[in-house]
Amino acid sequence: MTATSGTVERTSEPPRLRVGARLRVLFAHREILANLIRKELKVKYTASVLGAVWSLLNPLVYLAVFTFVARVLGAGIPDFPVYLLSGLLAWNLFSAALTSGASSVLDNSNLVKKVAFPHEILPLSVVGVALVDFVLQTVVLFVFILVSGYGFHWPELALWPLAFLTLLVVTVALSLWFSAVNVRYRDVGHLLSIALIVWFWATPIVYAGYQVQELAEERAGDVPWFALYFLNPMASIVGGFQRALYGVVWPEGSATPVLFDVSLGWLAGVLGIVLVASIVLLRLTWGAFFNRSADFAEEL
Amino acid sequence: MTAAVGIADVSKRFRVFREKPTSLKARLLTSRSRAEDFWALRDVSFDVAEGSTLGLIGHNGSGKTTLLKCVAGILRPTSGAVTQRGRLAALLELGAGFHPELTGRENVYLNASFLGLSRKETDAAYESIVDFAELEEFMDNQVKFYSSGMLVRLGFAVAVHVDPEVLLIDEVLAVGDEAFQAKCIDRVRTFQREGRTIVLVTHALDTVREICDRAVMLHHGVVHAIGAPDDVVREMRYVLLGQIDEGFVPEEGTREAEIAAVEIVRADGRSEGHVLRDDPFTILVDVRANQPVEDLDADFQILDGATNHPVLEARTSAAGVEIARFEGKKRVRFRVSAFPYNPGKYWITIGLSSRRTGLLYHVQTQRYLVEVIDVPRVQERVEVPVEIEVEDL
Repeated sequence: MTATSGTVERTSEPPRLRVGARLRVLFAHREILANLIRKELKVKYTASVLGAVWSLLNPLVYLAVFTFVARVLGAGIPDFPVYLLSGLLAWNLFSAALTSGASSVLDNSNLVKKVAFPHEILPLSVVGVALVDFVLQTVVLFVFILVSGYGFHWPELALWPLAFLTLLVVTVALSLWFSAVNVRYRDVGHLLSIALIVWFWATPIVYAGYQVQELAEERAGDVPWFALYFLNPMASIVGGFQRALYGVVWPEGSATPVLFDVSLGWLAGVLGIVLVASIVLLRLTWGAFFNRSADFAEEL
Repeated sequence: MTAAVGIADVSKRFRVFREKPTSLKARLLTSRSRAEDFWALRDVSFDVAEGSTLGLIGHNGSGKTTLLKCVAGILRPTSGAVTQRGRLAALLELGAGFHPELTGRENVYLNASFLGLSRKETDAAYESIVDFAELEEFMDNQVKFYSSGMLVRLGFAVAVHVDPEVLLIDEVLAVGDEAFQAKCIDRVRTFQREGRTIVLVTHALDTVREICDRAVMLHHGVVHAIGAPDDVVREMRYVLLGQIDEGFVPEEGTREAEIAAVEIVRADGRSEGHVLRDDPFTILVDVRANQPVEDLDADFQILDGATNHPVLEARTSAAGVEIARFEGKKRVRFRVSAFPYNPGKYWITIGLSSRRTGLLYHVQTQRYLVEVIDVPRVQERVEVPVEIEVEDL
């Protein structure tokens, strides 16, 4: 399975990433990845009686609490639980993967120093674990949307795969980068956790996206403020998830629109651009990771 | 014979940071990190032939593990290149990836994937792994409840089931009791029979002599000796012993009397470095006294090159031979009437000392070599009494 049949040459040259060849190497080592993800999930849930139910409980509690809170406080966003969770689950995947991804190489220093394997597997396994939680929680949300009578919106739902793919690429790209940089500069991890707090509030998850749009359009002038907002890739990704699941831009019973008041095509276009940019970013961070990974064993 | 592993001019430099900047702050505040270079390997070159077993020896810090890691692709050489053909598995640690919360069974699969075994291959080998580890009834327990001995056994059981063409083993064999080690050596022999290429790093010099086809000795990161295991192991012992007194001092003494020359002469009068088993030979020691020496005591000691144990020694004083006060040269003949020891290499230490005070005049530790060879002889007719009995049944 080591897939290094044929001749391998190891020189002093810093390794250059060849995507195709590297993908084949990663594919050959897929069982390590699968085993690591399985291990993480086992370790996470094995000592608990309810196991993976805990992962499902999290969105369930959110749904229950926010249904209740929205009723009592009459928050400005109708069907707030659906709105919140459609964006929050995506954010949770992103932030969980980045936080543990950053320390993934450090935490496994013993493996890195003693075993030859493609190191990308370490941050990838962390993303994989976050992905499993995301999928479980998304199932809960989908069931809630169906059972509560909220229902799916078409063609908005078609945006979901695009938003999901973009989210995945961005998450993998950044996890790779942070895990590599964190090997040399250990405070990157701390920096990241602070940055994630700011980032969370800079992304319309608990507040309505339209509020940002309104703010930007008030100060319009010559600067396309609102378009600039999408430089935050999470804004467009979370916006995409919300459009796909929450569906309606201006729900009945709301004084203003809730979602970004843009056409579906426009949002899809922005997501497409973010996706392309993320793929470029992934290529860059992967290259950087690969380049540094040859010296991980030395630096740890 | 083609080479399974080719090592060409490999050097490895480590940066030893007095204060390694591990934070951005430190990085920004110190303009240049003060690093000292440490060369763990310097221009190391050799090949490992396909299907052969190479022993890599050297004292601690000589660069053995670093070299192994360069071959395995864990470390990147600073210069030079390693070429390697075929599937490779590196056993640098037992139980890589073991997690205490997982069961023995789950850890077997996890660990096996790191060693390059696919799920299918692990399935196929699973029974045999459990058998080897002798842990049948514990496989579904979390390994945090295992004793350290059980963990080692499980780790090793997985390790010996790897299926590479090239196998790198680092000191892993040095675990467990003697019975377990014997089992492991056995396993290595099986690997050899299966035609796999093995590079073995070890401190157990006898293991190297027993199972390796070739040996390489690293000394401070350079290849100090390479060749037949016997020769390299002897060199290793030589260096190790030389280091007892800080550095390389195979000679010591006050030199009031000196060893001027030593010769090992066979029964046929020739001195060719080897003698026949059971044959007599003579050790000639020429002594030069630079000033009048009153109570010279000359001795020799022969050590088995394999085990380093003394097998024969003699001393003029103990034999009742008195050397009277003299100045100038004298010759001492130690006539060894027979040498009934195993064929192999033997080291000879020659010493001159004071009979009264024990003061060392001159000692050459394991300076001389004699190789004992066993020539197959035609069996002669020998009369042996034979008893004959008949009984009723």
